[in-house]
Amino acid sequence: MNFDANYFYPVTAEIFVALMVLAIMLATAFARGIARGLAYALTQLTLVVAALMTLAALHGEPGTATNLFADETGSFINMFVQDRLGGVLKFAVYCTMMVALLYGRDYLAARRLDRPEFFLLALLATLGMMVMITANHLLVLYIGLEMMSLALYALVAFDRDSTRSTEAGMKYFVLGAVASGLLLYGMSMIYGATGTLDLPAVSQAVASQTDKREVLLFGLVFLVAGVSFKLGVVPFHMWVPDVYQGAPTAVTLIVSSAPKIAAFAFALRLLVGGLSGLAAHWQTMLMLVAAASIVLGNVAALAQRNIKRMLAYSGISHMGFMLLGLLSGIVEGKSGLTNDAYASAMFYAISYALMTLAAFGMVVLLSRSGFEAEDIEDFKGLNRRSPWFALMMLFVMFSMAGIPFFVGFFAKFAVLEAAVAAGYLWLAVLAVVMSVIGAFYYLRVVKLMYFEEPDVNAPLAAPPELQVLLSVNGLAIAVLGLMPGGLLHACGAAIEALHLGS
Amino acid sequence: MEFKTFVFYLLSAVLVLSALRVITARNPVHAVLFLVLAFFNAGGIWLLLSAEFLAVTLVMVYVGAVMVLFLFVVMMLDIDFTRLREGFWKYLPVGALVGVVLTIEMSLVLGGKYFGLEAMPAPAATPAGFSNTRELGLVLYTDYAWPFELAALVLLVAMITAVSLTLRRRRTDKWIAASAQVSVHHEGRIELVKMAAEKTEPSAAADDAAAQP
Repeated sequence: MNFDANYFYPVTAEIFVALMVLAIMLATAFARGIARGLAYALTQLTLVVAALMTLAALHGEPGTATNLFADETGSFINMFVQDRLGGVLKFAVYCTMMVALLYGRDYLAARRLDRPEFFLLALLATLGMMVMITANHLLVLYIGLEMMSLALYALVAFDRDSTRSTEAGMKYFVLGAVASGLLLYGMSMIYGATGTLDLPAVSQAVASQTDKREVLLFGLVFLVAGVSFKLGVVPFHMWVPDVYQGAPTAVTLIVSSAPKIAAFAFALRLLVGGLSGLAAHWQTMLMLVAAASIVLGNVAALAQRNIKRMLAYSGISHMGFMLLGLLSGIVEGKSGLTNDAYASAMFYAISYALMTLAAFGMVVLLSRSGFEAEDIEDFKGLNRRSPWFALMMLFVMFSMAGIPFFVGFFAKFAVLEAAVAAGYLWLAVLAVVMSVIGAFYYLRVVKLMYFEEPDVNAPLAAPPELQVLLSVNGLAIAVLGLMPGGLLHACGAAIEALHLGS
Repeated sequence: MEFKTFVFYLLSAVLVLSALRVITARNPVHAVLFLVLAFFNAGGIWLLLSAEFLAVTLVMVYVGAVMVLFLFVVMMLDIDFTRLREGFWKYLPVGALVGVVLTIEMSLVLGGKYFGLEAMPAPAATPAGFSNTRELGLVLYTDYAWPFELAALVLLVAMITAVSLTLRRRRTDKWIAASAQVSVHHEGRIELVKMAAEKTEPSAAADDAAAQP
C-alpha cells in the first residue's frame, strides 16, 4: 500500500474548511471577550479562501470530469469526483452562505444568538454540502447529507429559549431522521441488487442486469422519498412552513438557500449519475411530486398571513419547478434533451437561492431588536419608509412570480422549455396556470408596499453593509434577468462536462 | 437441521420478541432492558456470520455505553408515559393498516427470490487465523479514509450541538475553574505578614465592653 499526499490535493478546500472549524473552535474558547466577532470574521474568511481554492481548481481543469483518488493501489477509490459541476455548485454554496451569514449577523447579535457555535455549525453545514456536491459514492453522499442536516437541525433550534424555535428544530429533526432512514434503506436495497456503493459502478450494474429490477425499484422508491424530503416537495413538505417560521430568520436564510443547491446536486448525482437506467421510473415519480408541489405550494401560499410561511410555500412550488427540469432529461426515442434539461434545473436552483436570500434578507432588514417583521402587513407602506428597498422587494417578488426580465422568469422559462421539449405539455401548462395563480400573493406584497399607508414611520435602521449587499442582491436579480447568459453558460458547461449520454 | 441453523432461529426469535417488547412494555426501564437483550441477540447473529468485530463492538458500545446512558436518562427524567400512550388506540387502525401493507409489499420483494440462499451464496471460507478486525481496519483507514474522517466530523457536529443547546452559564452556578484550582500555590492562599508583637493596653472602649454584661 503506497500512500501519497497528492491523493489529498483535490479535497484541499474540504480539508481547509474542516481545519478552520477546529481552529475557530479553539480560538473562540480562548478569546472570550471577542469570541463572537472573531468567529464571524474567521468564518467569512474561511468561506472566501475555500471559494478561491475551488475557483483555482475549476480554472485548472476546465470541463473535465475526472475521478481523482482513482489509483491502482486502491486507496480512496473514486469516492470524490472533481468536475465542473462540483466546482460551480460549491462556489454557489460558498457565496450563498457568505451572504446569508452577513444578512443574519446583526439580527443574531440583537437577539444574543451570535454565539461562536452558530458560525461553527454553519461552517460544518457548508462542509456537508461540499461533500454532497462532490460525492461519487452512496456512503459519502449519505454522510455529507447527515453532516449538513444535523448542523441545520441544531441551527433551527438555536434560539433555545424560544418554544417555537425548539419545536421547529424537534420537528425538523424527527422528520429528517425518518427521511434519512428511508434514504439509507433505499441505498441498502440498491447495494443488495448491485453489490456496489460506487455510483458509476451502480450505473453500470443497473444498465447491464435485468433480473433484480424489483429490488432496484423498491430501493428507488425510498431514495426518491428521501430526496423529496430534503428538497421539501409534496408529499414530504410538511416540515417546510413550520421550520421556516419557527427558526430565527437568520437561520431560515440559511435553511432556505444553500441546502437547496446541495439537494439538487444530491438528486443529480444519485438519480442521474447512478440510476439513469431507471430514469423512466423515477421521472414518473418526480412528475407526480412536481405537479403536486406546484399546485399545493401556490394554493397554500395564497392563504398565508405570515411572510415566512408564505415564502416557505412559495419555496415548495419553486422546488417543484426545479424538478420539472430534472425530470425532462431522458425520454425514450428523443435525444439531445439531457444537457439542456439538467442545466435548466441547475440554473433554477441557483437563481432560486439568489431570490430567497433577497426575500428573507428583506424580512431581516425590516426586523429590529425585539420585533420580527413576520406578517405580510409589516411590509405595508414600505415605499414611504424607504423607496429604494421597496423597489428591491418589488424586484424579488416580480422575479419569484416569474414576470419577464427578472432572473426568475428565465429560470421558469428554461425548465418549462425543457418539459415541453420532453413532451410533458400537460405538466408545463399546469405549471404556467399555477404560477399565474401564484402571482397573486407576490403582487399582494407589492400592493401593500406601494398603495397602503405604513403603520410605523420609523426609518429602516439596518447596518450599512446589510443595506449595500441587499441592494446588490436585488440588482443582481434584475441584471441577471436582463443578461442571464453568463450563468446559463456556466450551468450548461458544467452539465456538458459530465458527458451524460442522451 | 444443522446446529448453526437452530442457533440462528433461536437468536432471531428472541431478537424479534424482545424488540416487540421494547415498544409494548409499560415500564420504560423494562423497555430499555429488552433493548439490551435485543442487542445481545443481534451480536450473536453477527458472530454466526463470523463478523466478530461487529459483534463485540455492538455489545461494548451499545450495551456497555449507550444503553447504560439510556437507562440513566429514563430513570432521571420524569416522563409521563400514560400521556405519551394517549391516542394509541385511536391511531392503531391506520398505523396497523399501513404497517400490514408495507410488510406484505416488503415480503413480496425481499422474500426468497432475490435475497434467498440461492441468490446470495455463502462467501468462501476464511483461512485459520483470519482476522476480521484487521481486514476492517485495513479498508477503514485506506479505501474508506474519506468517509471515515467525515464521520468523525459528524460526531463533532453532534458534540457542538449538544454543548450549544444545553450549556448555560448562570450567575448562581457553583463551578470551579479547574485550571486555576490546580495551579494554586500555598503562597497564593495565605499571605504571612511579619508584624511586631503588640501589647494590648487597657483602653476606655475595652473597659466599656467588659462592663456591659
